[in-house]
Amino acid sequence: MTAAFAAVLRRDLLVALRRKGDALNVLIFFVIVASLFPLGTGAEPGQLRTMAAGVIWVGALLAALLSLPRLFAADLADGTLEQMLVSAQPLPAVVAAKVAAHWLSTGLPLALIAPVLGLQYGLPSDALLVLLGAVLLGTPVLSLVGAAGAALTLGVRGAGVLTGLLVLPLCVPALVFGAGALTASLSGLAPGPHLSLLGALLAVSLPLGLWAACAALRVALD
Amino acid sequence: MFSNFFSFASPQAFYPVAGRMIPWFGWSAALLALAGLYIGFFVAPTDATQGESYRIIFIHVPAAWMSMFIYLVMALWAGLGLVLNTRLSGMMASALAPTGAMFTFVALWSGALWGKPTWGTYWVWDARLTSELILLFLYLGYMALKEAIEDPQRADRAGAILALVGVVNIPIIYFSVQWWNTLHQGASVSLTKAPSMAMTMLAGMLVMALAAWMYAIAVSLARVRAIILERERGRDMAWVRSMVNA
Repeated sequence: MTAAFAAVLRRDLLVALRRKGDALNVLIFFVIVASLFPLGTGAEPGQLRTMAAGVIWVGALLAALLSLPRLFAADLADGTLEQMLVSAQPLPAVVAAKVAAHWLSTGLPLALIAPVLGLQYGLPSDALLVLLGAVLLGTPVLSLVGAAGAALTLGVRGAGVLTGLLVLPLCVPALVFGAGALTASLSGLAPGPHLSLLGALLAVSLPLGLWAACAALRVALD
Repeated sequence: MFSNFFSFASPQAFYPVAGRMIPWFGWSAALLALAGLYIGFFVAPTDATQGESYRIIFIHVPAAWMSMFIYLVMALWAGLGLVLNTRLSGMMASALAPTGAMFTFVALWSGALWGKPTWGTYWVWDARLTSELILLFLYLGYMALKEAIEDPQRADRAGAILALVGVVNIPIIYFSVQWWNTLHQGASVSLTKAPSMAMTMLAGMLVMALAAWMYAIAVSLARVRAIILERERGRDMAWVRSMVNA
């Protein structure tokens, strides 16, 4: 099982490395979205600081959403996914590896660039640390819920928009706690409780997201 | 007894039973709604603080109750279909979704119309309003997913997975929004601290809730009959033709 996990993780990371453009585009999209908001709302520093949490989190959500079709669609097209399903290896291990690779190639870069965007919004340094921690904890949730959404819409017409329709409402808690941690830290409160809740959310979405993604893949390739 | 009961899990056996039940539930819905509206508009006293505008409660609260309850029932049917692989369960889930979405929309809409005279605004980011809005999104996502998948069996099972994930998520969403709300703004308006209610007001609300139940059952049964005909068309043309011509 661990061997299967490691093999799929290695393979998916290699594929991501060979197609650097895909991951990079998601990152650029995130930066563009975050940079457009001040142009629309005006660059008054106090206002920017209050909206930073929401803008960065919604931007990360949308960027993660855009990266979801890559998760299963290419493997479905060339038949790899079917081989993974009929193989003797447990499907949850395979899906967990794919989700982990997805997070490493999109979630982690998003988390690492988020503090830079925080600087654009004039956040103080301790808030930047909270932002980094929250996005690090929150993006795996987006990858897990997104994997379920991507698996459900696999091979369906209009899959892109549909995935958003399914995934975005389910990501509300991650948005609330993630942005809440930053807002709390900016208003001088302890961000710990929000980060703990975000961790709890990750602990819940790990089994739930994997179950849903595996079940949906079995349905899709039935 | 039980073998008889389970035989209705077959769409063909359920179709005529559903047809016989629809008038009963439909008429009860109409009569209960008439009684409930009569109590609501003519018997229940005027509210001391809100005046007449509070009377929208007789639509609003039953709709809000039904919106949440139908999602649970829908997820239950969907889960049953996923576990037992019964075809009728998925059809029931499909039949319930539009009614649930309609009640969610009515709850939001009537809430907005109620909010204007009492709070002075159509919309506040109150925890209940926000989570009701997200519930509407969940219904719409469920229906969109089922709509998008051509194969009905696959649509049922994919929809079931989504409904079950949604059911686990609903309490999380509700509490997250509640905590978010208490963090961002003080409780300027609270739905929970309503003044204690007169007996007649409560009675009107309960009768309206019963009417909403009956309506939901009647409409879902009618819809499930249409779904049965549509899906069985490919399986058993002769049976469907006899039903349509009957």
